[in-house]
Amino acid sequence: MIEKALKGNKGYWAWLMFLLAIMGVGGMCYAQQFNYGLGITGMSRDVTWGLYISQFTFLVGVAAGGLMLVLPYYVHNYKAFGRITILGEFMAIAAVAMCLMFIIADLGQPMRAMNVMLHPTPNSMLFWDMIVLNGYLFLNIICGWQVLHAEYKGIKYPKWVKPFIYLSIPWAISIHTVTAFLYCGLPGRHFWLTAVLAPRFLASAFAAGPALLMVIALIMKKVANFDVGQEAKDKLVTIIGYAALVNFFLLGCEVFVGYYSNIPGHMHTLDYLFFGLGHGDHVFNNLVPFMRASVVMGVIGIITLFLSRVKKCDGMLAIACILIFISLWIDKGLGLVLGGFVPTPLEYVVEYVPSAVELGITAAVWATGFFILTILYKLVVSVKRVSES
Amino acid sequence: MDSKRRNFLKIAGLSAIAGIGAPSAFNMLLKGEALASGGHGAPAAQGEHGAAAVTGKRYGMVIDVKKFADNPGLAEQCVKTCHSIHNVPDFGNRKDEIKWVWAEKFQHTFPEHSQYKKNDGLNELPILTLCNHCDKPPCVRACPTKATFKNKDGIVAMDYHRCIGCRFCMAACPYGARSFNWRDPRGKDENGNPFIKELNPTFPTRMRGVVEKCNFCVERLAIGQIPACVEVASSAGALVFGDLNDPNSEVSEKLRSSFTIQRKPALGTHPSLFYII
Ligand code: SF4
Ligand code: SF4
Ligand code: SF4
Repeated sequence: MIEKALKGNKGYWAWLMFLLAIMGVGGMCYAQQFNYGLGITGMSRDVTWGLYISQFTFLVGVAAGGLMLVLPYYVHNYKAFGRITILGEFMAIAAVAMCLMFIIADLGQPMRAMNVMLHPTPNSMLFWDMIVLNGYLFLNIICGWQVLHAEYKGIKYPKWVKPFIYLSIPWAISIHTVTAFLYCGLPGRHFWLTAVLAPRFLASAFAAGPALLMVIALIMKKVANFDVGQEAKDKLVTIIGYAALVNFFLLGCEVFVGYYSNIPGHMHTLDYLFFGLGHGDHVFNNLVPFMRASVVMGVIGIITLFLSRVKKCDGMLAIACILIFISLWIDKGLGLVLGGFVPTPLEYVVEYVPSAVELGITAAVWATGFFILTILYKLVVSVKRVSES
Repeated sequence: MDSKRRNFLKIAGLSAIAGIGAPSAFNMLLKGEALASGGHGAPAAQGEHGAAAVTGKRYGMVIDVKKFADNPGLAEQCVKTCHSIHNVPDFGNRKDEIKWVWAEKFQHTFPEHSQYKKNDGLNELPILTLCNHCDKPPCVRACPTKATFKNKDGIVAMDYHRCIGCRFCMAACPYGARSFNWRDPRGKDENGNPFIKELNPTFPTRMRGVVEKCNFCVERLAIGQIPACVEVASSAGALVFGDLNDPNSEVSEKLRSSFTIQRKPALGTHPSLFYII
C-alpha cells in the first residue's frame, strides 16, 4: 500500500520538497540548540515555557479533534462521514507526532527523555500525558491503517479493530483533559487554575481540529479531485461552529469571574493579554494585538461559517475555517501558555519573544507534521479512488 | 533514623502483616504526639488536608528581617556565600540567571500582602528569598521523574543526573525559587571569564539543561554543619535553622515567641520558612 505514496504529480513532489527544505533548516537550528542549550531560545527564568510547549498544547487539541468524526461515523453509523473519517484519524497521527517532537525539542536533557518511563511517577501529570499521548498515537495508527488496508484489499476491516476504535473515543477526550491538567493543577498560576480549562480545551479542540480538516479537504478537492461530500461538510460546519461558540462562551465566563470578583490574581493575566499590564512605568502588551485579533477573527469566522452553509460557497467556507483555526491557534497556541507566566510568582512582568532558532525549529516540526499528513492523505486518496471505482 | 520513626515503621509493618492496615497504626501514633507543625500561619482550616506529618525531622528556618535591616550588607553576604560554595554560575543577565537565594523587596516576596498608606521603610528591607522546602511541595508533585523529591527530613532536594529539564517544576513552584541552566554553567563568557568565578571542588557543578535551587545545605547538614547562610547570619541572629518538629529546638522556640508570616500560605504548600517582619 505504501508504494502509492511514491507516485505523484509534479505539484505533489514540489510540496514534499518544500516541506523537506523547512525540515532541513529546522534540523540545523536544532543542532545549534542541542549544542548551546535552551538559552538559545527566548525563554527565561521567568517565562520557562515558550513556543514549543504552547504548540504542543494546541496540537493535542488538533489530535483530539479527530474524535468529532470517529464518533458520528463509528458509533452513530453516520454514513456521510465515510470519506472524511479516515482523514481525521490520520490527522491525529500527524498531530500527535508533532506533539511528541515539540516535547523533545523543549527538554533541557533530551537524551534522558526515557527517565519518564524508567522512573514512573503517577503523581505527575506529565507522566500521564506521556502515556495517553503515546496510547492515542498507537490507537490511531492501528485503526487508521487497518481500516485503510482493508479497503485497499476490498474487504471489511477485521473485527478485532472495532474495540480499538471504540477505545479511541474516550481516549481522545483523555489526551486533552490530561493536557489541561498539566496547567490547571498548579497552585499560584491563577490564569491556569480554573476548572473550565479542560472543557475549554476540548471545545477549542473540537473546533480547531475539524476546521483544519475542512481546509485540507477543500484543498484536496481542488488538487486531488477528492470530494468528501456536501453532507459531510454541512455536518462539519455545525460541529465547528458550535464548538467554537462554546469556546468563546467559556472564555467569557473566565472574563466574568476575573473582573466581577475583582480579585487581582484573576485579572492580571487577562489584563496582560487583552489590554496590557502596567509594571513600574512600563506597560507590557506584547500579546494584545494578537489576542484582540483572535477574538475578532473568531467572531467573523463563526458568522462566515454559518453563512457559507446557507450560500453553499466553498470559498467562504475555507475562509471561515481558516479564520477560526488561526483565532484558536492564537488563543491556545500563544495566549494560554505564554499568558500564564505573566505576572511571575513574585509579581514581576517579564515578556517573552521567541528567537530565530526557536522559530526555525517550530516551523520544522510543523513541516514534519504536514509531511506525514501529506503522505498519509496521498495513500487515502489513492486507495479510495481504486476501491470506489 | 530516630526511635520514633523506627517505632512507627515497626508498628506499620506489623499491622500491615496483621491486616489491620497502616492507617490505623498511624492514627495510634498521631493520638499520642500530635504537634501541629503545619498550623503556623496556614489557612484556618486544619482538617485532614492541612495536618502535616509529625514523625521524623522537618527542617525549617526563621528569617528575622529586622536583623538584616540592622546589619546592612548581611543579606548580600549570605547570598554570596551560598552561591560561591554551591558553584552557582553568574551569567550576568536576567534571562539566564541562576539564583538559590537573593534579597528581594517585600512587595515581591509577599505580593499578596497589600498595604494602605504604606510604610516606605518596609520596601527598603532586604527580604531573603529562597526555596521554602514546602511540606506539601507542588514541585515534587509535578516532577515526572522524581528528580525533585522530598527527603524524610523535610528537605526538598534534587537529583541533577535524573532531571530531564522539562521545567514542569518551575511552572509548579509558586515562589519562583527554581532556576534552569539555560546554557552550560561550566563554560566561559566571550572574554574568557568562567561563569563560576571560583570553583568549590567539594561541591558538584551542574550540567546544562537541568533545574537547580537551594538545597538547605544538605551536604553540610550531613557532616554536622549548619547551612552556610545561617552560619554567616548567626552572629547577628538573623537566621535560625533547625527541626520544626522538635519542640526544644531553637527554631521552635523562636516560632513560639514571635509573630511570623509565611509566603502565600493560602496555597496549601506549608512552607518551612517563616519571616519575622
Ligand atoms: S518553594 Fe518551590 S521549589 Fe521550594 S519546595 Fe516549595 S514549591 Fe518546591
Ligand atoms: S525539570 Fe527536572 S526537576 Fe523539574 S520537573 Fe522536570 S525533571 Fe523534574
Ligand atoms: S540553606 Fe544553604 S543552599 Fe539554601 S540558601 Fe542557605 S546557604 Fe544556600
